[in-house]
Amino acid sequence: MTRTVLAGVALALITPGLAVAASPGTDPLAYPGPAWSPYLVGALIGLLSMATFYFSDKPLGASTAYARLAGMVGKLFARRHTESLKYYQDFKPKVDWEVMLVVGAVGGAFLAAWLGGELTGEWLPAMWTARFGADSLALRLGAAFLGGGLMAFGSRMAGGCTSGHGISGTMQLSVGSWVAVVCFFVGGIATALLMFRV
Amino acid sequence: MNMKNDVTATPMQVGAQQHELPIDKGGPDKDPPTGQSSTGKQLALGLLFGLTFGFLLQKGGVAKYHVLIGVLLLEDFTVIKVMLSAIVVGMIGVFGLYALGLVKLHIKPTRYAANILGGLMFGVGFALLSYCPGTGAAALGQGNLDALAGILGLMAGSYFYAEASGFLGRTVEKWGDRGKLTLPELVRVSPAAFILVFASLLVAVLVVVERTTVR
Repeated sequence: MTRTVLAGVALALITPGLAVAASPGTDPLAYPGPAWSPYLVGALIGLLSMATFYFSDKPLGASTAYARLAGMVGKLFARRHTESLKYYQDFKPKVDWEVMLVVGAVGGAFLAAWLGGELTGEWLPAMWTARFGADSLALRLGAAFLGGGLMAFGSRMAGGCTSGHGISGTMQLSVGSWVAVVCFFVGGIATALLMFRV
Repeated sequence: MNMKNDVTATPMQVGAQQHELPIDKGGPDKDPPTGQSSTGKQLALGLLFGLTFGFLLQKGGVAKYHVLIGVLLLEDFTVIKVMLSAIVVGMIGVFGLYALGLVKLHIKPTRYAANILGGLMFGVGFALLSYCPGTGAAALGQGNLDALAGILGLMAGSYFYAEASGFLGRTVEKWGDRGKLTLPELVRVSPAAFILVFASLLVAVLVVVERTTVR
């Protein structure tokens, strides 16, 4: 009897370990890579940048769209206050080219994933689950919300995100963009290593 | 060439800036008074470019959680390959169009304190969310529903920044403000020569990355 209980306890302790060992775990290379060559995709994004400069007089960028959307929501609740803020005097809370770009990006990625049989439809990424457990939805959503918040604040302060600075600013040889991108990676690498490798 | 650089330029810098391609860096970094970015045609173009951008991001694998966190763990270099390829092609292409007088540049201002502090904050957020503002939209499109929480966070953080924008504009964003400074100006060579050397250097980095890493 005691032996059965002990065996049961031992099994319960071992099973989660086995489950993690059987899944690809926290090795990113054990999961599927890109469908297309990253060099081809990068080169095409470079060509796309030329097209946005030529046809729209705009560099690719994404983060300002979220700021405009937030301003539109802010105007619903506190119109005067929102319009009084310095940032929203320079960047009006409205649907503009960049908001459409971000909306389009959702659709384009859906199309690519659908055509390539890569639609996920999941709340928890497998590698997150391997590290933080299958019951970590609240933790994931909390981390994602906080992460999004820090990113938005940081990108507004730095003047752009991985698109605006990371691709468009760097290709125009802006010193500030190169400084910002290095800092994106310094902050990101330190935090990711703490999350996954400590 | 903007005023700030004219005022602070040493005679040597002025000389360096008078090479065959003096850079016109575009207007101030805010909405133009006429609002030409929200005409129907431009909204449609934005959507079309967005569809293409999202399609490419997904095919490049950079809408995937493990690919993005993988670069921050220094184990999966897909993101680096996509970014550097885009920079090399875009740099040559956009400056080429600029030299032909076909496009205007939109160079982002260099503000050292804000670039560094904001950049580090962005990085911490990048690891927590593991999608960035562009790839987050692509992640949602491919069905990663956790990106929704990230998008709400991006909106909340943006509004929070707007609340602080007056104060930050008077303080942090003034520290180390160098205006629209570019790398060729910093090292005092002509843009064309700089691009030639720099593009070769970035290609060399890509070759090394390709040869020394698994993915």
